[in-house]
Amino acid sequence: MRIVAVDEQALALGMAPGMALADARARVPDLAAVDHDPAADAALLEQIADDCDRTTPMVALDPPDGLILDVTGCAHIWGDEGGLASDLAARLGQAGLRLRLALAETPDRARALARHGKDLPILALDLDEERSTALRRAGLYMIADLATRPRAPLAARFGEEMVTKLLRVLGEEDIRISPRRVSPALFAMRRFAEPVAMTDYVLATLDGLAQEVETALRERGSGGRRFIASLFRSDGDTRRLVIEAGAPTRDPALLMRLFHERIEALADPLDPGFGYDAIRLDVAVTEPLGAAQLELEEQAAGEVEVAGLIDRLSTRLGRHRVLRFGSGETHIPEQAAFAFPAMAPSQLQKWPAPEPGEPPLRPLHLFDPPQLIVVIAEVPDGPPRRFRWRRTMHDVMRYEGPERIASEWWQRDAGYVPGRGGLTRDYFRVEDARGRRFWVFRHGLYGTEKSNPDWYLHGLFA
Amino acid sequence: MSDSPLSLAQLKRRLERLEGPRACSGTPLFSFGCDAVDARLGGGLARGALHELCAAETGDHTAASGFALMLAARASRDKPILWVREDKGERQHGRLYAPGMVELGIDPGRIIQVSAPDTLSALRVGADILGCMGVGAAVIEPWGEARKLDLTASRRLVLAAEKSGVAAFILRDMAMSFASAAATRWLVSPESSVVLPGNAPGPVSLAIELVRHRGGIPPFGLIMEWDRDEQIFREPALSRVVLPLAQRRQMAA
Repeated sequence: MRIVAVDEQALALGMAPGMALADARARVPDLAAVDHDPAADAALLEQIADDCDRTTPMVALDPPDGLILDVTGCAHIWGDEGGLASDLAARLGQAGLRLRLALAETPDRARALARHGKDLPILALDLDEERSTALRRAGLYMIADLATRPRAPLAARFGEEMVTKLLRVLGEEDIRISPRRVSPALFAMRRFAEPVAMTDYVLATLDGLAQEVETALRERGSGGRRFIASLFRSDGDTRRLVIEAGAPTRDPALLMRLFHERIEALADPLDPGFGYDAIRLDVAVTEPLGAAQLELEEQAAGEVEVAGLIDRLSTRLGRHRVLRFGSGETHIPEQAAFAFPAMAPSQLQKWPAPEPGEPPLRPLHLFDPPQLIVVIAEVPDGPPRRFRWRRTMHDVMRYEGPERIASEWWQRDAGYVPGRGGLTRDYFRVEDARGRRFWVFRHGLYGTEKSNPDWYLHGLFA
Repeated sequence: MSDSPLSLAQLKRRLERLEGPRACSGTPLFSFGCDAVDARLGGGLARGALHELCAAETGDHTAASGFALMLAARASRDKPILWVREDKGERQHGRLYAPGMVELGIDPGRIIQVSAPDTLSALRVGADILGCMGVGAAVIEPWGEARKLDLTASRRLVLAAEKSGVAAFILRDMAMSFASAAATRWLVSPESSVVLPGNAPGPVSLAIELVRHRGGIPPFGLIMEWDRDEQIFREPALSRVVLPLAQRRQMAA
């Protein structure tokens, strides 16, 4: 067993990562050791990253123990970069974490400085063992030794990759970090000197942020489809509230209505703990929204009102509970229609007009899956005479059928295989003695497909 | 200025034609499109009001649902129809099937279904929908006894409907006696259809019975067909009078 990490005290006693536990115990018999738990370490790092979200939305993980924050355009909230760094250090220090902080123009340089200090060793290049040894053999121990040398011979000797890394560590080449969350198109943030706990105050702050965001969106001529409010608790916990709108919007009143819905629909209510010390509103997705689109004609106002209603209900109940109906373009009855979220963009669908003068041929209610029934028919391939459904016997007085619906064997990979094309359904529209109308089918053709086909009730007519 | 009273009357008549029939109280009405019913109702049913449609018996729920959809289509003037269903109802009665709506002459594109986890949520959603003037009609379908839908809850829906003018329908799958602030209550059951050649079931035929009307219109029962091509109710070729449900039950016993 080997030591993975040591604390300050152990370090002072000469322990170091990589040392065998037995050796360490030989030197310090009462050494306290706990099992290495990489998952817990990763979880802690994630938690710290969550907390750093209040500093910038662009946070990338640098496992096992590092975080890279892109603070471009964020520092002004704290005055300058120094203010930002000391705020961060104070926050994480409070949580009992030891922090090594470095600020640099590029992520790789900042990372190297944080991990290795001001005088960067070649270790900071993260090269493989072979190349590191080669560099050492050449008498190159520090990044500073490499920095002044011409790059072309270095590339020839130690590889293109090494030079690329060198340039990055030197801050001469910039790369973008890959943040944990997709960075928002736009955000507004408010920090509080004292943590706030009152929900009303939180909502008032969100309202203010919504108005800030509105101004910014108006300047860009766009609207948002997805908004995220992050509530940063002073103890490092972060709560996120996500709202979505069916159509791009920037109307603060509408956003606030949706946030109200969202908060009311929360399974576990907002718990401010000791209060929030920052609130941020992100616009995650933006779409063009011209000024003209907002000036509506009177008749369209009703449509907009309904769209707003759909947004509110979808926010409260979940988008899969507010549905429109689409045509499945198949003759398999249970797939001929499907429901999709009313918020999702959709095109107006044209449904085939029914034949004038005909009675309804499809039921108003459909059971999916169909319900097994017990049928008495005069002949095995004839129409049903009586059937039992939900403990009630129904005598068939009138019927029409069969309407034969074949399984879609052409959709199968193997194509049509005689005898294995899937069972054909023979549908009957039947009416019982009391005027109730049912849609039933026999599953499988008698004789050729099945010796004793089952019957199912698939739907009910008005 | 001697002719001004006359022109005022003319204006009123013209307004009436433009706005459709009005009850004495001045609320807009929607008609069944069938004289036999409309005449008895004094023109039709109030639009900004709550109407209760109950399945007369277990197993009549689809007939009542069809009636709700037909009335909603007539009341909604091409605006969207919002239909609130409870999850339990969806499981028991099957899902609303768009091709079946097409077969009743109603464009599924006008229907928005809201699935509510329970009665309380369904009623809250219903009240929100009725507060939205862009909506044409709302069908609220609580499941089972739905005791949460009491006098207070129904009054809340009535107030919302009156304010917005949205036609509101409560669709109950049980006909039991309960207090309600609704303007009308109907019992609905399917009726044997007029037979087509080859012993095929004919157009949708429903027995509807007005059991309560807040305006004091006496109860009556009728058998009606739905003419899906014209989007109107009509009397079947051989019109029959429906006996009140209690009497029908007696006869069946």
